[in-house]
Amino acid sequence: MRPPATPFKSPAADTRTGRNPVAQFVLYVVLIALALLTLFPFYWMFVLATHTQSSIFSAPPPMWFGEFLDRNYQTLIGRLPFLRNIWNSFYIALMATVTTMFFASLAGFAFAMYEFRFKRALFGLLITSLLIPPLLGIIPYYLIIQYLGWLNTPRALWVPAMASAFGIFLMRQYIASSMPRELLDAGRIDGASEFRIYWSIALPIIRPGLATLGMLTFIGQWNNFLGPLVVLNQRESYTIPVALRTLQGQIQTDWGAILTGTALAVLPLLIIFVFASKQVIEGLVAGSVKG
Amino acid sequence: MARTQTSESLGWRTRFDKFQRRAAPYVFVSPFFILFAIFGLFPIVFSMYLSLQAWNPIQGLGTMRYVGLENYIWLMEDPWFWRSITNTLWIAFASGIPQHVIAIPLAFALARGISGFRHPLTAAYFLPYITSAVAISLVFQTIFGTQFGALNQALIYLANAPWSAWLFGGLAENLPVNWLGRAPYIKPAIAILVWWQFFGFNVVLYAAGLATIPKDYYEAAEIDGASARQSFFHITLPLLRPMIFFAVTLTIIGNLQLFDQPFILTGGTGGTSQAGMTVAMYLYRTGFEWLEMGTAAAISWLLFLLIGTLTVIHFYFFGRSGLESRD
Repeated sequence: MRPPATPFKSPAADTRTGRNPVAQFVLYVVLIALALLTLFPFYWMFVLATHTQSSIFSAPPPMWFGEFLDRNYQTLIGRLPFLRNIWNSFYIALMATVTTMFFASLAGFAFAMYEFRFKRALFGLLITSLLIPPLLGIIPYYLIIQYLGWLNTPRALWVPAMASAFGIFLMRQYIASSMPRELLDAGRIDGASEFRIYWSIALPIIRPGLATLGMLTFIGQWNNFLGPLVVLNQRESYTIPVALRTLQGQIQTDWGAILTGTALAVLPLLIIFVFASKQVIEGLVAGSVKG
Repeated sequence: MARTQTSESLGWRTRFDKFQRRAAPYVFVSPFFILFAIFGLFPIVFSMYLSLQAWNPIQGLGTMRYVGLENYIWLMEDPWFWRSITNTLWIAFASGIPQHVIAIPLAFALARGISGFRHPLTAAYFLPYITSAVAISLVFQTIFGTQFGALNQALIYLANAPWSAWLFGGLAENLPVNWLGRAPYIKPAIAILVWWQFFGFNVVLYAAGLATIPKDYYEAAEIDGASARQSFFHITLPLLRPMIFFAVTLTIIGNLQLFDQPFILTGGTGGTSQAGMTVAMYLYRTGFEWLEMGTAAAISWLLFLLIGTLTVIHFYFFGRSGLESRD
């Protein structure tokens, strides 16, 4: 029997610092092993990106870096206008991110700060729109883009993404919790227009939330596959995922080159994640949990 | 004279000021609603209309022909459509259930079992969620390779090692497994990838849910001599129910629309005897490869119906009890 716990001893510290050091050690081993298993495909991708086709397909497969990254890269840009594809991905993601940051924070500001007629109905519509499966409109989306003459242009992808419901929701939550309404009145007394209040008072306050939204939007657009697959059908207009997909279908599939391209597609995300994993995780959870 | 002019311009300014103040919220939210009308609402209405037409886009808008429910009736008798439904459900369950079964204890272990490295571990589990599904599927295609793939190499090693061989029993004869080439293995391969990509997201959701459970509950349980296991089953699980309900809802909606992973793993074909073709893939191929836009629109509505039905069933069986436990 355990002696009765003293009332002032923190039981939380009790569980955490190990009533049972062996159990805690085992737990760490399991958790770290699972983390390594989760990270392994990333490691392997970078390893294979530095090997030739024939050493990728040998037993045992390579587990350490080789010397053929440059050759794989040359093969890659020989088969695809890959720099152009990277630029397309970057340009589309950047345009969507900048416009979303602006329009979503503007709308989020309105929903958080103002009382106006139909506010509840409009916000309800916004939330409902989050529940519509994107696949439902994919055929008409293609037809609209074709009608507008936007096939094979970046506009086809970033214009529809300019103001996301998810982003507005995230911004509304953030503004409601970080900006006191008195600031609105203070701005008005100083004679500022409503837009001026948003631009000069709200924006500086919500900068951290805005940065999170920006990263999430960029990641989402950068990874988007179905949209580009539907509206881009020329090599020069491809984004990275669509470009990589065409390599896969070739008769002489060069896996070294494919994985070099794959590594380049994942690298920016890894960089963002290394510097801002907390913000990314918290933003995604806040956006989905409170929704 | 000068004075009246000032007051007049002042009146104009006040009126403009009042106007911009009243109009501001509507103007601020309008970009979203305009875009939503064009790229959200209109496509839905139009796809409903389209699903009642027979139409090949190459021949121009004029060739659209009203066929009533023919597309739907045709799909009901289409074996490939039904196969895509069963494939989707199979993959959704086989990847979805283990996601939650693993994520809940994992979140509990991270929150209450260890004292450090919480964030790096969580971040490692979460990373696959934010990486490109296409990139990751290509990597998994090499991992699933028959002769030289990492998974088979690892399995062969384990099947031959004296300390783990017993785990395999007679199954070792099936090695190496042709994961992506043989029909029975394609769905498990897709499910493994999907599980790997999304379990970390659920860990984070459950960690957020755990953070809302007051620490006093655990402290009280501990004073009463409860073990960690008892705390988990009698405090964590019941109080986590609303979050479980929510996370499972997200999994249902997401898994039924699976496209990128099966598309890449099967090279866009659906695999041997369409064993890996999901509804989303069938929709894409019907619309953009076989150019049957009307049928494709009908598939999208049937998929919507499937998602809606399963969500409602989920609400009916788990929603109310989930809410009750919160009261």
